Amino acid sequence: MKQKTKTDEEGMRHIISILMENEAGALSRVAGLFSARGYNIESLTVAPTEDITLSRMTVVTWGSDEIIEQITKQLNKLVDVVKLVDLTEGPHIEREMLMIKVRTSSNDSREELTRLVDIFRGRIIDVTATSYTIELTGTGDKLDAFINAFEKTPILETVRSGVSGISRGAKNLHI
Amino acid sequence: MKLTGAEILTHFLADEGVEFLFGYPGGAVLHIYDAIDRQDRIKHILVRHEQAATHAADGYARSTGKPGVVLVTSGPGATNAVTGIATAYMDSIPMVVITGQVPTHLIGNDAFQEVDAVGITRPCVKHNFLVKDVKDLALTLKKAFYVATTGRPGPVVVDIPKDVTADTVDYVYPKEITMRSYNPVVKGHIGQIKRAVKLMATAKRPMLYTGGGVILDNAHKELAQLAKKLNAPVTNTSMGLGGFPASDKLFVGMLGMHGTYEANMAISNCDLMIAIGARFDDRVTGNIEKFAPRAKIIHVDIDPASISKNVKVDVPIVGSVGDVIKSLLREIKASEFKPNKAAAKEWWQQIDEWRAVECLKYKTDGDKIKPQFALETLYDITKGDAYVTSDVGQHQMWAAQYYRFDKPRRWINSGGLGTMGFGLPAAMGVQLAFPKATVACVTGEGSIQMNIQELSSCMQHNLPIKIVCLNNGFLGMVRQWQEFFYDERYSHSYMDSLPDFVKLAEAYGHVGIQVTKPGDVEAAMKEAFKLKDRLVFLDILTDPEENVYPMVPAGAGLDEMILI
Repeated sequence: MKQKTKTDEEGMRHIISILMENEAGALSRVAGLFSARGYNIESLTVAPTEDITLSRMTVVTWGSDEIIEQITKQLNKLVDVVKLVDLTEGPHIEREMLMIKVRTSSNDSREELTRLVDIFRGRIIDVTATSYTIELTGTGDKLDAFINAFEKTPILETVRSGVSGISRGAKNLHI
Repeated sequence: MKLTGAEILTHFLADEGVEFLFGYPGGAVLHIYDAIDRQDRIKHILVRHEQAATHAADGYARSTGKPGVVLVTSGPGATNAVTGIATAYMDSIPMVVITGQVPTHLIGNDAFQEVDAVGITRPCVKHNFLVKDVKDLALTLKKAFYVATTGRPGPVVVDIPKDVTADTVDYVYPKEITMRSYNPVVKGHIGQIKRAVKLMATAKRPMLYTGGGVILDNAHKELAQLAKKLNAPVTNTSMGLGGFPASDKLFVGMLGMHGTYEANMAISNCDLMIAIGARFDDRVTGNIEKFAPRAKIIHVDIDPASISKNVKVDVPIVGSVGDVIKSLLREIKASEFKPNKAAAKEWWQQIDEWRAVECLKYKTDGDKIKPQFALETLYDITKGDAYVTSDVGQHQMWAAQYYRFDKPRRWINSGGLGTMGFGLPAAMGVQLAFPKATVACVTGEGSIQMNIQELSSCMQHNLPIKIVCLNNGFLGMVRQWQEFFYDERYSHSYMDSLPDFVKLAEAYGHVGIQVTKPGDVEAAMKEAFKLKDRLVFLDILTDPEENVYPMVPAGAGLDEMILI
């Protein structure tokens, strides 16, 4: 998915966090709404919460204020949606996880890689004779920067979780 | 008491107060049809095509306010129902559609007559369910009716696999239901109500623009009070016709693409627009930049997503239309609101000048039957008191313009989706709900052929509908656009090889009358409507080149309409 930054034309980036019934089809209702109405999706993540009857979904989208207003109204209209919040309206934390597999041919490159992983506060989670698998958590920008730092090392594979978000302070999204 | 899923369904529908079930049998719903045969509390209406079942249920719902209920089989049964479901969805009509499904263990196997009904209908339902366990059936059905009929109404699909209809469980009718994720707002925000009344107090040229929401919420009486209090002109959308009496002097007709001159001019010049239960559809607004450019806008709607979707409004009020109008009336009273009499006089003078243009006048031609004339005659002969269903196209617009509806739920048409083939099955639903009432289906030779097979259902269920077919040998609205915008290249809009509708009606056991001369229209209609217990097909050969005026061309503002 193409990363978008805020511009006047494309509107602001928003992180919408949704609490919804953990029912079959709930995800496709949200995905279908975005495609049917032509709204943008940068990423979408979903998993059950501590209450297994509820799922928490994070949608990253962008658009003008009017479009974002429509998106939140249309999402609220979905019968499965219990509650939602636009995290970008207040202070919040966003995180994304990256797993990246790279080729490590020599000892030198292994040392260099280890240093790089330390700088970004990542972790090496799997090692073979020819590869490292690294886990890194942070904002999308940080993950981009990490990926771009592999100049000489061949990347074999990357996988990103998409953004999850939560508001700062005691404020919470709960029923 | 242990019942099978099929029996639970029939018991539940009866307990829910459902009178009619519109449907068509098939493999996946055989257990259900067997259960239907073993009860007498709900009546099943067999149609000839599943699309007609949905439209008939839709017509029943529009005319009664109660949810229409449909039963179809899996696969093609479900896909045939989709057009009717989408039609109901666009016009916010309460409907519950039960689709049969292949047994749970075969789901996803490309089984015979399997489609993903929940997936296919998802974009055109308010909500849908797949029932995987008979234990959940009664509660799911209750949820379906609750969701379909509350808030902004809409169709709900319940997909039931065949094995679930055979499994047994104890049945108790669930009287109450609450859903944590679904709580429609009813009462309007009092702060917004106060702001709205402040604007009303200072407005010099107020205008009420109301839609289907007024009819869906049975708020026509409240609307009449508000209009009177404000002494403001009222315009209706096509969906809103009958929500305010057309014979009232405050009524300026329909607005929009084929709206009246006075309605569109008033919209373009008002300084306060009070939009109630309407959604600023593109056929209503024309060029959105030029829509009500001088007006502050108050928008009352049950659906927050309808507010500021197309046009940014100044005072949004979310709530049920009837409830909000009552609050507005209370606030008007409390605020010692005094209408500006001088301004009102000037505003009405202006409106009367626009009215004097007589935009609905049409040229008469001695030889050819003018469709407008046929509809005026229909109005006279039925004393303006018929239920009128319509199909889609020119005849629909003429019916909206020339049949002046004084009561709500009398004008039954597919406004949002514009579904040809809607009229006849919808009329079936209306006639079943009101067996003694006069029901006319205004249609064209194009539309009627999209569900002509229902003439057979009408015979089976003794439905004495009067079909008023304005037969101009053209797909008239397509032809009109081709005349205006495609240099009269009438690509595929001519209806060749038409059947003999009189013989066709007779073949189905009905009465057919063909009318070819203007002088015969009245007598033929009188004769048709005198036959109280027969369906009559009036094949009226109308002027093939007549156009619907006024017309706002695409991209133009409402005040830039083409008059005759």
